[in-house]
Amino acid sequence: RSATSVGAIRFACYQARSFCSGGGGLSAAAATATESAGSSGASLQHADQGVEAGGILNAAKYGGRHHVSLIPGDGIGPELMDSVKTIVNVAGSPIDFEEIPLSAERGTDEDMRRAILSIKRNGVGLKGNLETFEGMTSKNVQLRTKLDLFAYVQRCKSIEGVPSRYSDIDILVIRENTEGEYSQLEHFNVPGVVESFKIITEAKSRQIAKFAFDTAIKTRRHRVTAVHKANIMKLSDGLFLDVCRDVARDYPSIEFNDVIVDNCCMQLVARPQQFDIMVLPNLYGNIIGNIAAGLVGGPGVAAGMNIGRKYAVFEAGTRNSGRSIRGKNIANPSALLLTTADMLEYLGDAEDAKKLRNAVLTVLRSGIRTPDLGGSSNTKEVVDAVVQYLLQVRGH
Amino acid sequence: LCQPSYKMPSHQLLLQLMKRPSLLLQASRGLSAAAAGGTRTVTLIPGDGIGPEISNSVKKIFAAAKVPIVWDEVDVTPVKGPDGQFRIPQKAIDSVNKHGIGLKGPLATPVGKGHRSLNLALRKEFNLYANVRPCRSLEGYPTPYKNVDLVTIRENTEGEYSGIEHIIVDGVVQSIKLITETASRRVAKFAFEFALREGRRKVTAVHKANIMRLSDGLFLKCCREEAHKHPGVEFAEAYLDTVCLNMVQDPTQFDVLVMPNLYGDILSDLCAGLVGGLGVTPSGNIGESGAIFESVHGTAPDIAGKDLANPTALLLSGVMMLRHMQLGEFADRIEKACLDSIGDGRARTKDLGGGATCSQFTDTICSRVA
Repeated sequence: RSATSVGAIRFACYQARSFCSGGGGLSAAAATATESAGSSGASLQHADQGVEAGGILNAAKYGGRHHVSLIPGDGIGPELMDSVKTIVNVAGSPIDFEEIPLSAERGTDEDMRRAILSIKRNGVGLKGNLETFEGMTSKNVQLRTKLDLFAYVQRCKSIEGVPSRYSDIDILVIRENTEGEYSQLEHFNVPGVVESFKIITEAKSRQIAKFAFDTAIKTRRHRVTAVHKANIMKLSDGLFLDVCRDVARDYPSIEFNDVIVDNCCMQLVARPQQFDIMVLPNLYGNIIGNIAAGLVGGPGVAAGMNIGRKYAVFEAGTRNSGRSIRGKNIANPSALLLTTADMLEYLGDAEDAKKLRNAVLTVLRSGIRTPDLGGSSNTKEVVDAVVQYLLQVRGH
Repeated sequence: LCQPSYKMPSHQLLLQLMKRPSLLLQASRGLSAAAAGGTRTVTLIPGDGIGPEISNSVKKIFAAAKVPIVWDEVDVTPVKGPDGQFRIPQKAIDSVNKHGIGLKGPLATPVGKGHRSLNLALRKEFNLYANVRPCRSLEGYPTPYKNVDLVTIRENTEGEYSGIEHIIVDGVVQSIKLITETASRRVAKFAFEFALREGRRKVTAVHKANIMRLSDGLFLKCCREEAHKHPGVEFAEAYLDTVCLNMVQDPTQFDVLVMPNLYGDILSDLCAGLVGGLGVTPSGNIGESGAIFESVHGTAPDIAGKDLANPTALLLSGVMMLRHMQLGEFADRIEKACLDSIGDGRARTKDLGGGATCSQFTDTICSRVA
């Protein structure tokens, strides 16, 4: 498997982008540039350089440093983001965080607008989970749909030293992130009767399917499995499945199969090693993503990324706010740190990403773990251990 | 209530009957059954594929245990009515309506034929609103998950499976999820009553009301209201994704789970996977005026007629049925015989890693239960 899988995922995103914008302008150039390295033309150069050298096409990069929008969120978000800032500093990564005050309490339309503007400006964001109280619309969903972050990618890989019932799991869950059951279209038909609409479109299904297959090619993986319930939801999931099958025809080197979601769950707890890349609509992606994360160690070590054509927002894989453990210094920082490593790779700093990832994995292996992994260390102890490792590596 | 030997003070009996009119129906059946020497009649739907073999196993075991049940076997293969529509035969419908209890084997849904899924048709016909699946670790058939003991209760009539879908424009499909207060309240009420009856500690409502605020919000509201009415049972709410996450890490933290249709479908299969799969999982469908218990595995046409089938799922569903009919002692005996036989490595069927045929496994249980 490719070590720079995040870079590969970004590449796949460019491919998807060229498809979606109908092949117009710069995006088409970007796509063709990648296919034939060394294309000519000044207008193509930036794109070429962007992809080949691992930089970003249109994200802010001043003086060699990246600007990243930071949304601490609710629950354990703020305390863990502090750890991230500390560690990014120690590691010497060229990241400047632009902190955005958006939370469940502070969440007016204006606050949301500013957050979105910031992420559009910087191109990359790192966020905690924003809580949704009764009567509110989910801000997390708003961010994802307004920024058109169409794919949610979770890499669920067995981690040495993290207790688990299984070994050798390496599943890439690719979930459609903007439509399906999360369309938030509901109304009371008559009192006591609610209708909720699930929307599936061919365009978005094709986009996510193509993204999945492109990712398969670039990460040198072998199989894509579509998960659905098309035996019951014949039109909606049927459309999703048909489109996946159609897209599969363009990738004869990648194996394709499909499985019904309830059977998939049973297979995951019986023999999870059979899965490689899974592509799913929104809700099933939520369920399967959480199951897969649970199989390899739980929310404390899960990393996730929301990828769009132009922007990317990174967050802890299972998107929990951790309300009940807030302020108790027992939250596991590993998830957010591994996510930050993915973000560094996305930004083109593969070296720093590798250093940070190694640091976290080494600390996990050494037994310094928070209670969720069966350990007795607290958040600060884990963070300090990571800092120590990074300082050692830096030669201090 | 239906057992002739059950003694309850008459004023209490009257109070119970007034509170739950459906009991009156059951009690009257029980009384008439008592008049007939204490035997109840139960509809048996053997089903397709391995259905007939495993049904025979169950009949044999029940006979060996001297369960006071008489079987009324019916076939639910749809017949073409005078209007050209395929329907469940009237004989089958009458049987279930009359007896109120049924045990069903696996049914095949042929591809491309003129009728809908039979399971769906049965559900609609008898208004089976709650699907109950107890998932317990089998001693003697270990999986990576130990000490699982939970029950999933799934709303069985509406939600995402309403079957209402439209093509809005070319390439855009809309699927409608329907949640009603009536159905939500009904299943929530059942969940709490079930918990009380079975001595379970806690009921957790599983939902996604942060995303589906109105629909799951309504479901949650009904669960909360029923929780107030049943203070003897602890109540909790949890997001579906969090439940899945926690389920695969530590399933022992869950007791009774109640949820809408789709989540229930997925979660109940997930839980079945934790304890060994559909081949060993019982299932019950509760309706307002009756209940049908069934095995949820497939018809396994490749091993049909070869004496290789595993009757455990259907047998444990039969045990669930006995408990529902207040024949708890028989239920306990048969369950113990079944679980002990599975625990005895040699007596297990092939799918559980043993070498016994279906008949041998059945005979082992019969000898244990007699």
